[in-house]
Amino acid sequence: MTMPEDIAAEGQDMEQIRQAVRALCADFPGKYWRQKDRDREYPTEFVTALTKSGFLAALIPEEYGGSGLGVTHAGAILEEIQKSGCNGGACHAQMYIMGTILRHGSPEQKARWLPKIASGELRLQAFAVTEPTSGTDTLSLSTTAERDGDHYVVNGQKVWTSRAEHSDLMLLLARTMPKDKVEKRTDGLSVFVVDMRKALGNGLTIRPIRAMINHSTTEVFFDNMKVPAENLIGQEGKGFRCIIDGMNAERILIAHECIGDGRWFIKKATDYANERVVFGRPIGQNQGIQFPIARAYAAIEAADLMVKKAAAMFDAGQPCGPEANMAKMIGSEAAWQAAEACMQTHGGFAFAEEYDIERKFRETRLYQIAPISTNLILAYIAEHVLGLPRSY
Amino acid sequence: MKLLVAVKRVVDFNVKVRVKADQTGVELANVKMSMNPFDEIGVEEAVRLKEAGTVDEIVAVSMGPQQCQETIRTALAMGADRGILVKTDDELQPLAVAKLLKAIVEEEKPDIVILGKQAIDDDSNQTGQMLAGLLGWSQGTFASKLALTDGEAEVTREIDGGLETVKLKLPAVVTTDLRLNEPRYASLPNIMKAKKKTIDEKSPADYGVDTAPRLKTLKVEEPPKRSAGIKVADAAELVSKLREEGVI
Ligand SMILES: Cc1cc2nc3c(=O)[nH]c(=O)nc-3n(C[C@H](O)[C@H](O)[C@H](O)COP(=O)(O)OP(=O)(O)OC[C@H]3O[C@@H](n4cnc5c(N)ncnc54)[C@H](O)[C@@H]3O)c2cc1C
Repeated sequence: MTMPEDIAAEGQDMEQIRQAVRALCADFPGKYWRQKDRDREYPTEFVTALTKSGFLAALIPEEYGGSGLGVTHAGAILEEIQKSGCNGGACHAQMYIMGTILRHGSPEQKARWLPKIASGELRLQAFAVTEPTSGTDTLSLSTTAERDGDHYVVNGQKVWTSRAEHSDLMLLLARTMPKDKVEKRTDGLSVFVVDMRKALGNGLTIRPIRAMINHSTTEVFFDNMKVPAENLIGQEGKGFRCIIDGMNAERILIAHECIGDGRWFIKKATDYANERVVFGRPIGQNQGIQFPIARAYAAIEAADLMVKKAAAMFDAGQPCGPEANMAKMIGSEAAWQAAEACMQTHGGFAFAEEYDIERKFRETRLYQIAPISTNLILAYIAEHVLGLPRSY
Repeated sequence: MKLLVAVKRVVDFNVKVRVKADQTGVELANVKMSMNPFDEIGVEEAVRLKEAGTVDEIVAVSMGPQQCQETIRTALAMGADRGILVKTDDELQPLAVAKLLKAIVEEEKPDIVILGKQAIDDDSNQTGQMLAGLLGWSQGTFASKLALTDGEAEVTREIDGGLETVKLKLPAVVTTDLRLNEPRYASLPNIMKAKKKTIDEKSPADYGVDTAPRLKTLKVEEPPKRSAGIKVADAAELVSKLREEGVI
């Protein structure tokens, strides 16, 4: 029985990874993020440091130059980033978008892109799914890709395509067969890798969206944009499936970020509650201050268990749709609860930029909406886990 | 050139240490432990020397309980080539560590040994000096700069009056000061590679070293709590207060 030792070894390299990430993040304090947030700048230096240290290539197999780890380890990296007060949202997609190429690409496609994605030479961190009219109803998306000889011609529009200006490649979901002609609801969509370095100005336009947080998010327009046919991933018309199995990884990783955020808020709140003296006593001596922090702590710990379970199932190759979704939902809500407690504990000072709370408060709010909103997760659980009638 | 670097597992510098209720030492249960920061600087220096082509092999040594293996792994992830763990659950005082290191040096025959100038737990600042003494080697302590040339080491030392540069004949013992370098964090590929590097496990008995403590700890206490001060109006009041307190 080598089991216990294996587990111990696992725990040890996990701690080393966490330590290394913390040390890296220490070079990017609140001051750095406040400036980026104020000037709406991309945190290039931070992303470069993570790339150089190989953290963004955690999930890429060793044969392609990555570290061949699972979402348990990749998630720990993201959790530590958030826990350190940094924002992994700037680059988390570089970790997982490549999963679609890895799982559904041809050997040539993998050899062509994965090693360069692993080294950071190629950035694949733009994922164009959401459209202004279809919204969450992905199967109703209307961007089209029509085959024309050795390439496809793409027309349409995407919204909230984050990091498009800071990515070389984009993973695009477009319709290759009209919705009314497909046999199955989920057919007719296809996935493409778009080389934006070539497409920009040649049918591709990117427009930044000013948003509540500094997320480099954009809207993109396709006007007869050509994509070489060899950039089609998987089978034509079967793209939805290629995307869907990457979504569990995305949800589990983002759930880890929520846990990291929650831990950041709780530490910040606890420290301040111990330190701030009003009416001659630390405010943390009042149960009105203690209890919300304690409750948020309990929520984060519980969510963490769900996140770890989902990650372990994913890494074991088991179906984990419900677990991945629940982890993201519970994680994002627990992080928000911690954010609330932290905000209230700090009173007026929570509003001062230099405490970083208002920034993190805005940032962590996103994860109840993107990449999938809470209602849609509830609808999924109701229908697919509990067997209730489909509500939409 | 072969380099030996010593790494000690200590309470993490961020931890607020607490004295055990029975006053025999500080609380170590459930406390975060890390590599002694001065040793981290030592490993960094070693790795830089290797990257520069001056050093061919780096051996990281730690002594203490099984968990010291984690400290060695950290050194391996930073760039050391292999590790030696001298495993013991007994207390190890500087002299015992120096004797064990001497035995390892005689076996490994490194050209240079780097240690931290002190460990942040007991702040002894003795091991490097004792090791040099036992080996009869030259020593360059509190190094803020280190340059190796054929058969010699030039060490810039931080001393009270400023900086002093000494030239040592190799083999030599060097201890690191804070400003020698800024240690790197391990990259993910190097953490993964470190898992495959070897760590030899030994015991003090393997080296025939008697590690029995020579010093006895009588009592460990918290430093006295600082109480609030008072404001004085002028120099005269200050002097009278100081008199009252029996300070002058
Ligand atoms: C900062 C940011 C970054 C993003 N990055 C990306 C990206 O990189 N790539 C990408 O493709 N997308 C991205 N998105 C888009 C994100 O995934 C969507 O905003 C999200 O999935 C919700 O879609 P929607 O905005 O169209 O809302 P809608 O679908 O219009 O929904 C609006 C509200 O109605 C609710 N709702 C809708 N239908 C139902 C129903 N049947 N039952 C109950 N409630 C319902 C939803 O839960 C939601 O609360 C990003 C969004 C933001 C804000």
